[in-house]
Amino acid sequence: MSLSENDIQQLQKVGYDPSGTVPRSGSFLTRDHEVVSLEQREKGLEILPLGAALQKYPWVENLFFKLVPKEKDNYTREVAQHAPVGYFIRAVPGARIARPVQSCFFIKTARFSQMVHNIIVAEPGSELHIITGCTTASYVKQGKHIGLTEFYVRENARLSYTMIHDWAPQVRVFPRSAALVEAGGAFISNYIALTAAELVQAYPVAKVNRGGIARFNSVIYAPQGSHFDLGMAAKLVEPEAKAEIISRAVSDGGVVITRGYLEGGAANTKGHMECSGLLLRDSGSIHAVPELKGTFPETDLSHEAAVGRIADEEIQYLMTRGLDQETATSLIVRGFLDVRLKGLPPELQHAIDTMIEKASLRSTV
Amino acid sequence: MNTCLLEIKNLKVRIGDKTILHGVNLTIDEGTVHVIFGPNGSGKTTLVGAIMGLPQYEVVDGDIKFKGESILSMPSYERARLGIGLAFQRPPAVKGVNLFHLLKAVKRNEDDILAAAEALNLKDYLHRDMNKGFSGGEIKRSEVLQMKLMRPTLLMLDEPESGVDFENIVLLSDIIKEMLEKKQPIVTRKRSGLIITHTGLIIEQIQADVGHVILDGRILCSGNPHEILEAIRTHGFERCVECLEKQRKR
Ligand SMILES: Nc1ncnc2c1ncn2[C@@H]1O[C@H](COP(=O)(O)OP(=O)(O)OP(=O)(O)O)[C@@H](O)[C@H]1O
Ligand SMILES: [Mg+2]
Repeated sequence: MSLSENDIQQLQKVGYDPSGTVPRSGSFLTRDHEVVSLEQREKGLEILPLGAALQKYPWVENLFFKLVPKEKDNYTREVAQHAPVGYFIRAVPGARIARPVQSCFFIKTARFSQMVHNIIVAEPGSELHIITGCTTASYVKQGKHIGLTEFYVRENARLSYTMIHDWAPQVRVFPRSAALVEAGGAFISNYIALTAAELVQAYPVAKVNRGGIARFNSVIYAPQGSHFDLGMAAKLVEPEAKAEIISRAVSDGGVVITRGYLEGGAANTKGHMECSGLLLRDSGSIHAVPELKGTFPETDLSHEAAVGRIADEEIQYLMTRGLDQETATSLIVRGFLDVRLKGLPPELQHAIDTMIEKASLRSTV
Repeated sequence: MNTCLLEIKNLKVRIGDKTILHGVNLTIDEGTVHVIFGPNGSGKTTLVGAIMGLPQYEVVDGDIKFKGESILSMPSYERARLGIGLAFQRPPAVKGVNLFHLLKAVKRNEDDILAAAEALNLKDYLHRDMNKGFSGGEIKRSEVLQMKLMRPTLLMLDEPESGVDFENIVLLSDIIKEMLEKKQPIVTRKRSGLIITHTGLIIEQIQADVGHVILDGRILCSGNPHEILEAIRTHGFERCVECLEKQRKR
């Protein structure tokens, strides 16, 4: 595997450690369409290229394009036309994989169209944490990434999935994913994007069965010229299913649409959504579109949404303590973006904190 | 010999299109503590806000000199760096920013922050969003905590004791006294205070040097703070209003 110093830095920014010093249970690195690293270091964990998994296990066929249909849109059709590139990650029944699996999709060639398909299975009673970073080599300015991911959270399993994007300003990105959370299962999806991308458009959907829970968190910082259209949806289809959607978006001149959809269709289902948006300039926009749909009387769905700018009064107050306007602003932006993402390994939280720090400092230039 | 720290001449201040201060004159020497009394809405907060440089208080005439230099053109953060500090009467809540973040951002030492928080019984508040859901007394302690760490040469306190229980007033007074070097011999004191109060509780503890009554945007009289307070207690501000009318007729 030949990674340049620059490449390594780029990978580290999105939570992928090629050196092997950070505690990880496994690794999967894809450069353009080539798998350049695959490691698994814990019992009960299986990592395979998806193509290999389809050959090894006939039953994987039953998971393939089942949550995200081939015919969903042009992007899924495009993925379906090619031999699968991407990973199959599985925690066997009862396996508790405490350290995260790290993966990265890296665009190395300028103007490359990267198309990936991933399947993740947390078998009954298992625990699995995955970090997926997506980024480009430092010199790549343009490109396209379509990432189709199907999550299967089996009974009483726990899966956390943290996706960190750090794209070049002219990359177009189309994640297409869906999750099935079976009885008593927990699915936690974190999405972090703190640098510009020409367009990121995603709308993952989780279907939650009896007593299961889906949590979506997203943290977005949209500089000038970027466009993020991000939705998160949970369908609570069986009794006692729960969901929580939290999104924090800062527009520093960029366009952000945060969509949220909660559907309560069974007894004692509960869902809550919080969309907060902070506008730093006159030129950007944040459009929060929270939707609630109850189809059963004993459901409890709620949302809070707020979009605005930082109150002058707050900045002025901090300035009387000796901070100039830019520093006062970045302190507030940093606080706004600082969501403690549940279930993250400390060093990844640290990496995210550092990114947030950087993004909030950019808010001042 | 005491030298002049703050010199305000004929200060006129507007909020929006309403003039609030109509020509205030005030001189504060190094090492002295001044107290301002005045009814609600008389312009006390406006005065300290204008000295601090908060932009909603627009200076339309007069001058403010600090250590001999006009500070009118300076933004508040420069004034803060020069040594002017204000404990707010009603500070805003700042979402996502806690005392610890702020004090680190202004380069205070972590041990000092912890020690000061300990002294003010605010250890548990260092990591909560600033002023958000703080009780009246907690807000005042948090303001004084910031001042303790900022160590301003001119310490302005806007009603530091309102809403504070008696025990905490004693605590706050003690810390304020220390900040104002009240425990040092007079000649070596360099720090000065400008304290707005209604109750006088704090000045009894702090031993203020000069008192002023502000009424309708003007300083009506200045003198011994204890005498002034006594007069206000006995006669209320009504007597001051009469006095103002007499002055006007003259
Ligand atoms: N933002 C504002 N817009 C309009 N008027 C204001 C504003 N801020 C203050 N004022 C007015 O200016 C006047 C002086 O206010 P200031 O806060 O200085 O009073 P104060 O003497 O501190 O009173 P208190 O004892 O109640 O704190 C009041 O009449 C007040 O209503
Ligand atoms: Mg006031």
